[in-house]
Amino acid sequence: MCGTCGCGTDNISIRKPGEITELQHFVQITDHVHDHHHGHDHHHHESVHIDLEKNVLDKNQLEAERNRGYFEAKKILALNLVSSPGSGKTSILERTLKDLKDEINFYVIEGDQQTMNDANRIDALRIPVVQVNTGQGCHLESDMIYRAVKELNPVENSVLMIENVGNLVCPAMFDLGEDKRVVIVSITEGEDKPIKYPDMFHTSDICLINKIDLLPYLNFDLEKLKDYALRVNPNLKFFEVSATTGQGMDRWYDWLREEIGKKQNL
Amino acid sequence: MHELSIVMGIIEIAEEELKKAGKERVTLIELEIGSLSGVELEALDFAWEPAVRGTVLEQAERKIDYIEARAVCVDCNSSFKIEHIYDNCPVCGSYLKNIVKGKELRVKALEVV
Ligand SMILES: Nc1nc2c(ncn2[C@@H]2O[C@H](COP(=O)(O)OP(=O)(O)OP(=O)(O)O)[C@@H](O)[C@H]2O)c(=O)[nH]1
Ligand SMILES: [Mg+2]
Ligand SMILES: [Zn+2]
Repeated sequence: MCGTCGCGTDNISIRKPGEITELQHFVQITDHVHDHHHGHDHHHHESVHIDLEKNVLDKNQLEAERNRGYFEAKKILALNLVSSPGSGKTSILERTLKDLKDEINFYVIEGDQQTMNDANRIDALRIPVVQVNTGQGCHLESDMIYRAVKELNPVENSVLMIENVGNLVCPAMFDLGEDKRVVIVSITEGEDKPIKYPDMFHTSDICLINKIDLLPYLNFDLEKLKDYALRVNPNLKFFEVSATTGQGMDRWYDWLREEIGKKQNL
Repeated sequence: MHELSIVMGIIEIAEEELKKAGKERVTLIELEIGSLSGVELEALDFAWEPAVRGTVLEQAERKIDYIEARAVCVDCNSSFKIEHIYDNCPVCGSYLKNIVKGKELRVKALEVV
């Protein structure tokens, strides 16, 4: 972490399972770029006004477009999975990869602040995976995806699953160049999640409602959740699933196959 | 707290412009922030000071134009003020709308010396 500004951007690392202790594999992906001026200049200068109107997220957006171009050229379907911590992103990935890996070439990017845990769970299935640790950062950004994809070097016609950092707020603002954004919400959370965190539901294309195996034990109103979500995003499509029992996963797989088809026929 | 990344982005933009202009530091920075931009003003405030310390923005005065969000109803074409992304049309009740203002997150202008 930078002693001057405490911004912590130099904590970010990208690594594959098994590279844990080898420091040279830690790829610095955000260079610390502050100029440290000390104002020893005693001359008087003219003040100049610069009209800019520049979008603060321009840089991330440009890099997202670069990723999108790469995915398009290689006909890779890229999905950005977002949710609160613990809604079941990794569990859904594990089940999906297990069920479909004979049919589809998968690659996974795992985003987390600290550990390699999720990457190790994917690695156990023998699917190529890269972990991006964001340190104090609470979301993935496009340049991290660019570097992680370089490490993965995915083949054509494959599917890239990006598990974002568990957080329903920050990842909403950062386009990664994905084809579709998938928001996951579990029924152990409140029905009002969509209106408490509207940006995430607003920017997502589909919504997986996870842990429906627990419906008999909870007082959860599925229709209420959907109603709230549709107010935020009238185009949202829902899939009710259980990563634990596999219930409802077929419809999500059908959607996935359909999207792969669309991408390959572009 | 993505506001920290936002401030880092703002610093980068300021550094770039300063370099282009061949100047030393920024005395004033004007930001445009929409009410639906995803940036919390309080969180931005909190992130600002430690982040700009030692940078070209350290001594810059910061002005923020806060922009209230507006939408146009897709069904009846009414234009209305929105507070939340999920607000519906006050005329016909539809949730289908285009947000026309309020997503801004821009560096509007800089004064450099
Ligand atoms: N009953 C039930 N539990 C589930 C289901 N899916 C996930 N879980 C449990 O929920 C917990 C969190 O699951 P993860 O898959 O690690 O969640 P995550 O979204 O990847 O979490 P983070 O990466 O920490 O944000 C684990 O204990 C899972 O076993 C489900 O469909 N039903
Ligand atoms: Mg996970
Ligand atoms: Zn209307």
